[in-house]
Amino acid sequence: MFEVLIFATLNGLVTGLLLFMLASGLTLIFSMMGVLNFAHASFYMLGAYFAYSISLYTGFWPALILAPVLVGVLGALVERYGLRRVHKSGHVAELIFTFGLAFLIEEAVQFFWGRATKDYRSPDILDFPLFTLFGQNFPAYKAFMIFISIAIFIALYFVLTRTRIGIIIQAAITHPHTVGNLGHNVPLIFMAVFGVGTGLAGLAGVIAGPVLTTFPGMAMVLGSIVFVIVVIGGLGSLAGALVASLLIGLLQSYAIASDLGMPDLLNWLGVSFERDHPLNDIWRLTLPQIAPILPYLLLVLVLIFRPSGLFGKRES
Amino acid sequence: MFKFAVWIIFAIVIVLLPQFFTSLLSVSILNQMAIAIVFALSYNMLLGQGGMLSFGHAVYFGLGGFMAVHALLGIEDGDYFFSVTLIPLVGGLFGLLAALFIGSFSTHKAGTVFAMISLGVGELIAASSLILVSFFGGEAGVSGDRTYGPTFFGYDFAQDIQVYYLAAAWMFIATLAMYLFTQTPAGRMANAVRDNPERAEFIGYSARRVRLISFVMSGFFAGIAGGLFAVNYEILTEQNLNAVTSGNVLLMAYIGGLGFFIGPIIGAVVLTLMNSVLSHYTTLWMLYLGIMFVLTVMFLPNGLTGFLMMHRTPWHLGKIRLLIKPYIVTSIPGAVFALSLVAMVEMAHSSEAEFVFLGASFNSSGIVSWGVLIAIALGSFIALRRSLPALREAWAQANAIDSGEQK
Amino acid sequence: MSLLQLQGLSKQFGDTKIIRDVNLEIQPGEKHAIIGPNGAGKSTLFHLISGRYHVSSGSILFKGTPIHNRSPFEITRLGLARSFQVTNIFPLLSVFENVRCALLWSMGYRYSFWQLLGKAQALNDRTEALLDEIGLHARRNLPAGELAYAEQRALELGIAIASGAEMILLDEPVAGMSHTEATNAVALIRKVTAGKTLIMVEHDMNIVFDMADRISVLVYGEIIASDIPSKIRGNPRVQEAYLGEVVPGGSDA
Ligand SMILES: Nc1ncnc2c1ncn2[C@@H]1O[C@H](COP(=O)(O)OP(=O)(O)OP(=O)(O)O)[C@@H](O)[C@H]1O
Ligand SMILES: [Mg+2]
Repeated sequence: MFEVLIFATLNGLVTGLLLFMLASGLTLIFSMMGVLNFAHASFYMLGAYFAYSISLYTGFWPALILAPVLVGVLGALVERYGLRRVHKSGHVAELIFTFGLAFLIEEAVQFFWGRATKDYRSPDILDFPLFTLFGQNFPAYKAFMIFISIAIFIALYFVLTRTRIGIIIQAAITHPHTVGNLGHNVPLIFMAVFGVGTGLAGLAGVIAGPVLTTFPGMAMVLGSIVFVIVVIGGLGSLAGALVASLLIGLLQSYAIASDLGMPDLLNWLGVSFERDHPLNDIWRLTLPQIAPILPYLLLVLVLIFRPSGLFGKRES
Repeated sequence: MFKFAVWIIFAIVIVLLPQFFTSLLSVSILNQMAIAIVFALSYNMLLGQGGMLSFGHAVYFGLGGFMAVHALLGIEDGDYFFSVTLIPLVGGLFGLLAALFIGSFSTHKAGTVFAMISLGVGELIAASSLILVSFFGGEAGVSGDRTYGPTFFGYDFAQDIQVYYLAAAWMFIATLAMYLFTQTPAGRMANAVRDNPERAEFIGYSARRVRLISFVMSGFFAGIAGGLFAVNYEILTEQNLNAVTSGNVLLMAYIGGLGFFIGPIIGAVVLTLMNSVLSHYTTLWMLYLGIMFVLTVMFLPNGLTGFLMMHRTPWHLGKIRLLIKPYIVTSIPGAVFALSLVAMVEMAHSSEAEFVFLGASFNSSGIVSWGVLIAIALGSFIALRRSLPALREAWAQANAIDSGEQK
Repeated sequence: MSLLQLQGLSKQFGDTKIIRDVNLEIQPGEKHAIIGPNGAGKSTLFHLISGRYHVSSGSILFKGTPIHNRSPFEITRLGLARSFQVTNIFPLLSVFENVRCALLWSMGYRYSFWQLLGKAQALNDRTEALLDEIGLHARRNLPAGELAYAEQRALELGIAIASGAEMILLDEPVAGMSHTEATNAVALIRKVTAGKTLIMVEHDMNIVFDMADRISVLVYGEIIASDIPSKIRGNPRVQEAYLGEVVPGGSDA
């Protein structure tokens, strides 16, 4: 029981931090530009695929740097030549544009890399168990993922709070028009933020690809969950995104690890439903079964009871 | 009276269509179109008319469809005794109930909150459908058989063409009903709330209630589309209520044009045709669809219908002639350019050594083939760029109110 | 009995008090003007009365019923209509539809989805008549968002008066209009509010002193005087706080 808990916590942490790497970029982009980037997870997928292709020639480590940069440049180009054009048609059009982009990127990935799963693996040096607890291994690569994620957040936090550009960005988030008046080039800042945000997503893809498998559906799998996170956390709140990422990561991980279910609950209550009834499925549900839908359940509940999210400031 | 004539012509066209398109394939495409039209129109009740961007509209389509299949099974088992012609109504009513329930908490706000709830609910129900096997049938889905129950004036719906008349009749009724809805107080207030929910409250309307009415109506018609799907395909799976289907209907409505009643109809017809025809010729048609969608959002924010409607002013001014020549001059290199890109994409994707495109044969690994295609692409692109200023000039002239006569 | 009573009304955003303990009674049929410097809280007061904002404390009674913290649509249905200082129309709907929508509730159509607007003769006739009155008949088919600024102000006014509410709140109805347009608008306001109760925020002192039966002066969220126009003119506190420089010149924008 205890070892299950520990491993579930560690795995939840890995997922949660990974999710935050996506969610932080999405949040930054949203707070600056008011755009919920539907294609955010597609850039994550591109990160994994770019890294896979690059690593075929150079191995993992150069890919770790190159792939996110490429993704970020691509993201900046998308902002410059796509999103900026759509901007004048309003937020709904922007949302639909990024939605179409997600669709397009998935098709493009299938065009270039095919439908099959790619054999993108973690580097050999990290291919050993970091420690063994109660006979179960914890892979070093997962520790590496935790390390990278935390390093990125520290860097991000530093940039946002200590540097000039970070302060301009913070100002642009709260007062987009005044920053323009001060003579800063707001469109350029937008492009940069979009590039960095998508680049972070790309980095998440690079390190997640080997663990969560690299296949054309990987954006879909994570995409809506990241959306859920930024909404639950409160649109535009970085702290909210962090809490929600960890919450969802841990929640799912615990749900998958546990073997509890409705039958246990019913037993405990002393009720039995053994008649043949279409709703019988409900009484047989187990936690691992409903793990995938937990984030959405949480989303709907949060939106009903607290539409601005856990840490939301905006009354939308 | 003009409007009345339009509806009569519409009815005549849908009755006559199968006389011209008789093959099995075309009848099946027509059936798909009828279903897609109802579904896309129901979607536009939300987005185009009510300002509610939904990423989970397939929920009502799918739930209606599943209920309809269960009704088919009930007829087959002899539990109920009614005609298959009424099955779409079963779907509609179930879609309505589902929308009433979900709308009761999701229509508080439009905008991002609504979009996110629709996404969450969509994912939730799609995922649940794989868990609740006895109603949704798991991965395999649920199938029925439409040929049971009392016959309808001799129709037992064993053949697709009979299904066409059923689908077409329902499509006509649903389209008419949805059009009439736009002409009622509730329909007009839906537009008002879309434009400015706050002011709507200051003229006595609860924005939330107005949205809920549109939402429930929209669920009803989506359910009818789902019911038609059930009759046509006799099977429903998780596919029919997941995000892909929700995305598809958004695509159809948007490409057709959200701002016009007829927009989603055009979108549904065009995309269904593209789906069936393109998928026949190339496995990459989804890629082309994605490109087309993104380009539409970027360059034609009002969709295909919006593009057509842009020509109203030149038409009324009697200057549409001015546009004919520049359009031809631009579209020829444009088409050549697009086709040469497509050819390169297809060639890159082709695994065979000899690659045939539009009757021309290329060696897909040969430098010469690539060189020729690239040259064509470049040449046509330059020609395209060159033709644009003349087109712009002609457009300005065609829209200028008094220039022609005074010169 | 007063038609509208504000009792100890206060509103604060965060720690900033915008409306401080306002007490005011408006009699049926009264034409009441509220004046005060920019940022005094006049619009905020309207937002409180019309339900756009919740009150921080105090109460608002309309025809004896408390209406504070009720939804705008409920308050509107009780017979209290308003216009906005910042134009607040339905930009994609045609001018005609804007006015027709404003008439719907008061003519009993509610949320009907079984009646066709095209067949509603009385409704359409009244819409046309109102379009004539606000001088927008020639523009009836244009999307409201494409109107010129002054025309949008006229439409704003039209939407507010359409329902024929007992009490009408107008927030700077003629701001931004040319002199002729303003004169027409004032005449229209006079005409449609005959026999009704009007509260108006206005910076143009000629209009204010011309139209109002009573004037309240709002400064920093407090009503420092509320009286008939001649008394307001002579009130030293008002002179000091607000009028001193404005009245002599007469016409300002
Ligand atoms: N939602 C809000 N949040 C915070 N402060 C607000 C809000 N609405 C108004 N205020 C503040 O309240 C004060 C009064 O604003 P209000 O619009 O009521 O003034 P006003 O008297 O109508 O001025 P004007 O003559 O310029 O229209 C202003 O200082 C404004 O900044
Ligand atoms: Mg004001």
